[in-house]
Formats: sequence, C-alpha cells, structure tokens
Amino acid sequence: MTTVRMEFSAEQLAEVRRLQGLYPDPRGALLPVLHMAQDAFGHIPLAAEEYVAGLFGLSPAHVHEVVTFYTLYFQQPKGRHVVAICHNISCYLAGAPRILEHVKQRLGVDVDETTDDGRVTLQSVECLCACEHAPMMQVDDRYEFDLNPEKVDRILARLR
Amino acid sequence: MTEKILTRNFDRADAHTLGAYRETGGYTGWEKARTMEPAGITEEVKKANLRGLGGAGFPTGMKWSFVPKNHTGPVYLVINADEGEPGTFKDRYLLERDPHALIDGMLIAARAVRCEKAFVYIRGEYVEPYRRFAAAVKEAYEAGLLGDGLDIVVHRGAGAYICGEETGLISSLEGKKGWPKVKPPFPAIKGAFGMPTIVNNVETIAHVPHIVNRGAAWFAGLGTKTMGGTRIYSVSGRVKRPGIYEESVGITLRQLIDRAGGVSGNGRLKGVVPGGSSAPILRADEIDVTMDVDGLRNAGTMAGSAGVIVMDETVSIPEALMVVARFYAHESCGQCTPCRESTGWIYKMSERILSGHGRKEDLDTILDVAKRGAGTTICAFYDGAVGPYISYIEKFRDEFEALVTDGAGTRARATPAPVAR
Repeated sequence: MTTVRMEFSAEQLAEVRRLQGLYPDPRGALLPVLHMAQDAFGHIPLAAEEYVAGLFGLSPAHVHEVVTFYTLYFQQPKGRHVVAICHNISCYLAGAPRILEHVKQRLGVDVDETTDDGRVTLQSVECLCACEHAPMMQVDDRYEFDLNPEKVDRILARLR
Repeated sequence: MTEKILTRNFDRADAHTLGAYRETGGYTGWEKARTMEPAGITEEVKKANLRGLGGAGFPTGMKWSFVPKNHTGPVYLVINADEGEPGTFKDRYLLERDPHALIDGMLIAARAVRCEKAFVYIRGEYVEPYRRFAAAVKEAYEAGLLGDGLDIVVHRGAGAYICGEETGLISSLEGKKGWPKVKPPFPAIKGAFGMPTIVNNVETIAHVPHIVNRGAAWFAGLGTKTMGGTRIYSVSGRVKRPGIYEESVGITLRQLIDRAGGVSGNGRLKGVVPGGSSAPILRADEIDVTMDVDGLRNAGTMAGSAGVIVMDETVSIPEALMVVARFYAHESCGQCTPCRESTGWIYKMSERILSGHGRKEDLDTILDVAKRGAGTTICAFYDGAVGPYISYIEKFRDEFEALVTDGAGTRARATPAPVAR
C-alpha cells in the first residue's frame, strides 16, 4: 500500500474529460490519459492505476494489464532522463553493442537501472525506426543520430 | 530517375506547413474528390493498383469496397502510423516533412468510405513526428479543411510493435492491451469500437491525392502490372548512403542498392532483407528481382514495409539471427502459444549457438519449430518471425554449422548484449 495521494488537478481532469469525449467509447482515451498520469506523477504505480481506473469506470486489473503491456509506461520511478539505445539489426550492424557498453561505463549502471543521483535511466530497446542514422538512441523526447563515443559523451553531459 | 511524388517537398525547410503544401498543389486532390461520388473515388484507387504499403500489400481500393453498403452507423478510418518494422523509417519522414499530404489523403479516403471521424495512431516513441502532425491537424482545422465533415483524432501509442498489426492497433485504440483479434470479422465489417473500420498505412494514404489529381492510369503506369506507383524505400545496414529513396515499385533490388551508394563494409554483398526484418533474406545472387509485392513474393520473400537491410560479407548471419530473434521474443504479445513459446525458445537457442554452446540438432529444431508454428496463430506476427529464422539458417547454414560442429568452446566474434525483458 502506498500512502502517496495521486490525483489530477482540476485542469488536468478537464483534459481527461476532453480526451474521453474524442472517442466513441471513452475508454479509447486510456492510453493518452496514462501518458498524462506518467507525466504528472513521474511513473505509474498501483495507486495511479487505481485512480485512473476510477476515472474510466474500469477495473484496476484492466488498467494494470494495459500499463504492463506497453514499454513506455514505467511502474517504478525512473530517472529524470531516459536514455534508450536501439539494439536492433541496423544499429547492431553499425556498432550499437559498443555504444551500449560505453554508456554503461560512463553512467555506471546496467540496462534498466537508474544512476544513484536519479539523473538517468538506461534502456536497451527495439527498433526506433531511424536506421538510416544508426547507431542511434532516444533521449527523452529526442532522437539522437549517428552516434560515436564522443558524441554520446557530449549528449550525456547535457543531461542534468 | 523516377519522378519524386511523395518526397518532392522533403528538401523544403517549411514543407510541413499548410502554406508550403498549398503552394505545391496541396489539397487540390481533395477539392476534386469532393465533387466525385464516393464509389467513383474507390473505383479510381482500384484502377490505380494502389496496394497497402505498411506491410501486407493488400489492394487499397478493394479494402475500401468491403465496407458494407447498407451500414447506417459510423464508419472509421484509422491511419496506421505505428511504424515499427525493423529497417523501416519512411512514415517518420512523411509525418515530419509532409503531414498535410496525409490529411489531404485522409479527407479523400474518408469521403470514399463515408467516414466522419478518423484516427491517426502514431507510435509512442515518435514524439517529434506526433507534434508535427498534430500541428498540421490544427492548421487544417483553422483553415476549415477539417471540422466540416471530417474530424481527426491524433492518438499516441505507448510502445508495442504488435500494435502495428491492424487488429492489435484497434485493440490498443480501444484502450486495451494490443492483442490482435480473430478474423473474420475483418475490420472493414466490424473494427474499432464495433464499427466498420478501414485501417491504412500513412504512405498508402499520402498517395491518394496524387491518384485523384493525375488519374489512375498515370499512377498504375509508374509501377508494375499488378502494383502501381512509387514507394519510399528505407535503406540501411551496410550501404554507403543509408536513407530514404523514392523509386518505382518496379525497380530491382540491385538498382536500389546502387542508388544507396552500393555496399559498404568490405564492399561485397552477403545478403539483403528486402522488406523489413520479417521478410526472408535474399543472397547476393538473388537481387535481380523487382521490388513490387508480386516480384518479391515470387522470389520467396516479401515486399513488406520496403525496409531494405543490407549485409556485407563481414556480417555474421548467426549474430543477425540472434538480434532479430531477440526482437520477436520481446515483441510477441503472448496471446497465442506457438508464437509466445517459439519466439522465446528460438531466441535462447540463437544465443546458445552464438556463444559456442549450440548443439548440432539445434538448427533443425529451429527449422522444425518455425515451420510447424507458421499459420497457426491469430495474426501474422509469427509468420513474419519465421521469415528470418528459416531463411537465415537455410541460406547460410554453413555459418551456423561452423559454430555448432565442435560443440562447446567455439566463441563468436561479438558477445551479445543482454536483452531487457
């Protein structure tokens, strides 16, 4: 049981209602609202799943099933930044394993871990569909292309 | 050089704006289509031999004609912008650089199938393409193009390859995990929210304004006998100039690799995956094939999403198998037993082979499991997965045997990265 209260502001609730109104069945807005919840609460713990379920008249089990199905929802707290390195075929052929090793060493974490200072969560992910710029990675909302160790260092240095 | 149609504005810095799109003839397709009968639009698209460019290659006009004529409730148009097939990146360009072409095509398609509400499902990782496209939708509303007969909802996915499968996408759009649905009923009969639904790929719909404007015969003439038009090839891997190339669907694979500057690495081709990672690999001596749906099917592979992944002689096919097997194991939605179990076990076996601990019988076991499972599942995901499993082993068996013949002790070139599951 968590004691943290997770609720949207009045403004956010209005946005939830607007989103629900866009779909023939309001439940269509579940994924967008879960994105909102993650933005608002940092991640989506069980308490947030229950809260969102209530907004939709859905069972918490249904929301849990959805949250755990998709890779972009975090059930555990994540770092202030998420660095996701593509490990699929074109990036692999362009040296993605070396990039991943380099980032692991620089950050001192393994895949799916967060640095002690809460700065960065590291992921190794499937194709992000930017294979023409392999090896590449996603840093939060941004795609970073044509990586080499020096470029990776510059990108990591910008993350606070 | 083939005329650029879909990519003609890609070099303009302002290509994503309504002003730039209109300057180059944008929305004149829609202006013409709104004077046409819906059935006439569908007929034109049929005659153009436009085929779905997301992967399945199904004739677009025929798909539209499946919406029941006597249906009186809503019909939905859903654009599949859940681009995720490894080696494919064309829709990212279309969403970012020419979003109004998609809206233009959607207006026309919506008229053809009598749809008043459309959804665009964009993969969750595509944040910038989402913003660009959402901004274009806003412009179109402000210009009165939308909101008067058609509404567009832009929907973000949340990370799951299976949602690119049209019924998995529909489940996801309905607020569920992205499990594919049993067909029939096909979406055109009973799709999103229980209503007739047409699911089309971004690039497919971006072609529609040009077909209406310049005619079916013109479009059909750009391609082969059974598939019209150009398409955007995503070329990556070991080529000198990876990127997007808009070419006739009648181009050969050899010509396309040349367009991309030829083979890099050691300069000598080993194999090419012609249509995204699910397409069976072709050997260097099999690339004089046309890239249309039927040409590649006759060559034992598929056009798929036109993601061309080039491998030079220095690439280890057992390593490549491990990488793609890891992908299918991670992305299997888990609904059907043959897919869930086989993708997981085949990935483990591919790692074992690569680490030098493979057994001689592993190769035949993988082939056996792959062949038995194909066609036994709800969707085409597993059929796609077996494409690489079977073709990599059958066409490059000697490379695999070199790793398993002496049993334990052989080490592969690279240590695979651990998979996050």
